[in-house]
Amino acid sequence: MHGAMKKSLGIYIHIPFCIKKCAYCDFLSMPATLEVQKEYVEALIREIESYKTDAKYYEVQTIYFGGGTPSILEAGHIEHILNAIYDVFQVQNKELLEITLEVNPGTVTMEKWMSYKMFGINRISMGLQSTDNDELQVLGRIHTYEEFLNSFKMAREVGFYNINVDVMSALPGQTLENYKKSLENVVNLSPEHISSYSLIVEEGTRFWEDYREGGKMFHLLPDEETERKMYLLTKEVLEKSGYSRYEISNYAKNGMESKHNSSYWTGVPYIGIGVGASSYLDNQRYQNKRDIKQYILYAGFREKRICDIEVLSKEDMISEFMFLGLRRMCGVSKKEFFKRFQISMEEVYGDLLRELAEQKLLIYEDEKIYLTDYGIDVSNYVFSKFLL
Amino acid sequence: MIEQSKIRNFCIVAHIDHGKSTLADRIIEKTGLLTSREMQAQVLDNMELERERGITIKAQTVRIVYRAKDGEEYIFNLIDTPGHVDFNYEVSRSLAACEGAILIVDAAQGIEAQTLANCYLALDHNLEILPVINKIDLPSADPERVKAEIEDIIGLDTEFAPLISAKQGLNIEDVLEQIVAQIPAPSGELDEPFKALIFDSLYDAYKGVIVFCRVFDGRVGKGTKIRMMATGAEAEVVEVGTFGAGQFIPCDELTAGMVGYITASLKNVKDTRVGDTVTDAKNPCMEPLPGYKKVNPMVYCGMYPADGAKYPDLIDALEKLQLNDASLQFEPETSIALGFGFRCGFLGLLHLEIIQERLEREYNLDIVTTAPSVIYHVYKTDGEMIEITNPSNLPDPSEIDHMEEPIVTAEIMVTTEFVGSIMNLCQERRGVYLGMEYLETTRALLKYDLPLNEIIYDFFDALKSRSRGYASFDYEMKGYEPSQLVKLDILINKEEVDALSFIVHADTAYERGRKMCEKLKTEIPRHLFEIPIQAAIGSKVIARETVKAMRKDVLAKCYGGDISRKKKLLEKQKEGKKRMRQVGNVEIPQQAFMSVLKLDEE
Repeated sequence: MHGAMKKSLGIYIHIPFCIKKCAYCDFLSMPATLEVQKEYVEALIREIESYKTDAKYYEVQTIYFGGGTPSILEAGHIEHILNAIYDVFQVQNKELLEITLEVNPGTVTMEKWMSYKMFGINRISMGLQSTDNDELQVLGRIHTYEEFLNSFKMAREVGFYNINVDVMSALPGQTLENYKKSLENVVNLSPEHISSYSLIVEEGTRFWEDYREGGKMFHLLPDEETERKMYLLTKEVLEKSGYSRYEISNYAKNGMESKHNSSYWTGVPYIGIGVGASSYLDNQRYQNKRDIKQYILYAGFREKRICDIEVLSKEDMISEFMFLGLRRMCGVSKKEFFKRFQISMEEVYGDLLRELAEQKLLIYEDEKIYLTDYGIDVSNYVFSKFLL
Repeated sequence: MIEQSKIRNFCIVAHIDHGKSTLADRIIEKTGLLTSREMQAQVLDNMELERERGITIKAQTVRIVYRAKDGEEYIFNLIDTPGHVDFNYEVSRSLAACEGAILIVDAAQGIEAQTLANCYLALDHNLEILPVINKIDLPSADPERVKAEIEDIIGLDTEFAPLISAKQGLNIEDVLEQIVAQIPAPSGELDEPFKALIFDSLYDAYKGVIVFCRVFDGRVGKGTKIRMMATGAEAEVVEVGTFGAGQFIPCDELTAGMVGYITASLKNVKDTRVGDTVTDAKNPCMEPLPGYKKVNPMVYCGMYPADGAKYPDLIDALEKLQLNDASLQFEPETSIALGFGFRCGFLGLLHLEIIQERLEREYNLDIVTTAPSVIYHVYKTDGEMIEITNPSNLPDPSEIDHMEEPIVTAEIMVTTEFVGSIMNLCQERRGVYLGMEYLETTRALLKYDLPLNEIIYDFFDALKSRSRGYASFDYEMKGYEPSQLVKLDILINKEEVDALSFIVHADTAYERGRKMCEKLKTEIPRHLFEIPIQAAIGSKVIARETVKAMRKDVLAKCYGGDISRKKKLLEKQKEGKKRMRQVGNVEIPQQAFMSVLKLDEE
């Protein structure tokens, strides 16, 4: 293989453990004993090893520990997982390799921060959600704003200079003023990256019962107009403070965009390690089973571990390229489109592009296309049009 | 040849859900024609839809052999009758084929509207009526009270009425013995010319039309040239036979008193209308049997393929359904909103729903149905009278002198506590009160004249909900009466949508228009622009709602694990669009065209 061009690859590691599940969370997560955590990490390593054959065609660009709460694990476990990856995969120059770890404020001691730094983790994503302690309580978060501040400060002290902070809008009882305060508090800390999400009340969460349409607390959610104002405010406040929006929900200071997440939107292959994790490899999308016992048992055996394999046709790939690519503010490049699919974007979507441009949903330039602010607002509508 | 004295021809009549099909099953089981293992849950109702809904749509017939306690073998012909007011005429023809009827009454509920209606119908045909009290296993069963009810209200002797549980197979023997003892044997003349009553027919791809008939006089066998006296169709008999459970058993001839089937080289059930008399073409009988009439549809609606390209498939499916259902009518029509489709005529709303479901299930067609309409008589200023079944065809108001609408006489049975709310309902539906009878202290029979167009919307549902399910209802056509009717048009984004127009009484137009707009507002998804929905009579707008423009439809998170899910979501969004109808630049979901049916849901 020496000398051959290796393909880029992202690795996502799912750590499904939490001290307590948040009220709005629909991710796969559960509480676990130290024993189970250890068994699970061993299973992760078996899964990583099962990719030995594929590994030789790829070079890993990004590693992302998500959850759940990855920071719940003993620091040593993180090191073991990373070492397993280094054993199996070729990774790019450590200076350029992006390793992100999601951290729940309130689970990390100074010692842990130092360990993370030592293992080469170079990007931290902190789930703050709000700087209002009442709101945090409603959400079922285990930390206060003050605890977050303490955590954030430690991270800086240890030398993390690429930190993301998550904030949420449209929370129960949240006013536009409250939300503005949260945003401004976060901006004052000057993290390199901010993700902002509107609360979505998902089925299967604790919020569903009370806050779904028709639920008895539904009225506490901000109305449509307020929600929209929050959404517009996000862009206004963050852009004023030197963050640029590079994706629908993601803002970053110059050059500090998340490489790992960007790879999801640009069709870079990735493998998801862990229970319920999703992968995109060899033009196939597939998922690991969602039962943790089953996962631990079969982690090393691809056939038994995965489910829901979807083999993408050329049409699927083209559709995905468009609706994922258009999530990014820089849009999709026509040249890149042709390079990938040996057909021009004009030939596939010409009429649609003109129609959407006419409706002021998208800007149609010679080299690329990208959504207008209005197009972003109704992006699901726009994206659905790109399905072939 | 079978002696007539050993034949018993009978049917079972009952209010819906009082256990007609279950008793039929038990009778078949007890007579030993089928083993218990072979029994399907309900042998007689063999259409998938009938089974699900628990209603018999087409008459089913079975011939069984019973060895009675007197040691003799009897032939029972059990003719199962359709169980819904829409099929009243078919019921009457089935009854005409019998000498007796088993009247089932639920031991807990007692007499209901259809019990009475069906019982009177049977009495009209001079049938011997054998009351049977069913469901005595229910905790709430009160057979003595029900017996007293039968004696008081109908005036039948209940001394020997079997008390049974068809579900548990309890005392079924009593019913069988009573059939032998009480129901008269047929008494046809063997030497008279062949004369038989058609009580049903069905189309079979191999045998052609199969005529179900009751022979009154004479005999028929292979080679006989037969004639249908009303339609005039003639054909040579290919096969005759009797009915096993779910199968045809050929035999040499059918003779006076027997119930059986005839196949002849007939291609269309239209030639073999229910109620017609079959005779020998070479030696015809003098007079046809009484009571034949051509049944005409009462309710019309437009049916359109959801996917315009499926139009030929819809023709094909309707033609096939019509082979078995002479009362289904259809003719092509076009709608600006819905494209090419058919105006279809039905016996009633249930018939409509059944056809719609069969098209969807058996023929895999996605159907858009417009609001049902009755036949209006429109008297024009030039003296001409036209019949209108499609609101869009209504002439300009300036050309209309006056209009008439069909009126039915309805009988509603209800427990006395709900009399008030049911009377209110009838009032709201423009009913004219005719009278009320107390059947006993707790129940009353209300009589109203009601416009048919008030019933075809959601009258049944309203009736049920206002009586907590206790009211039962039956009606018959009364005739046409003048009425202040107007055409209500719906405009979506300023464009009139022809398929949403309907004809309504002037007094309720405002209310209906308002509700229609409200309903459509919830049915039509947001678009990128604001959509006004208006209801109008002529050029006068009487109600308005607005579907706000879509301003936000974003999925905030889309990372590795979300992509497949997200794609499915977008696909659903796209699929949903496909199933919508484009009117101007507005996409209207198909169920919106049925909105008018559900205006009273709240």
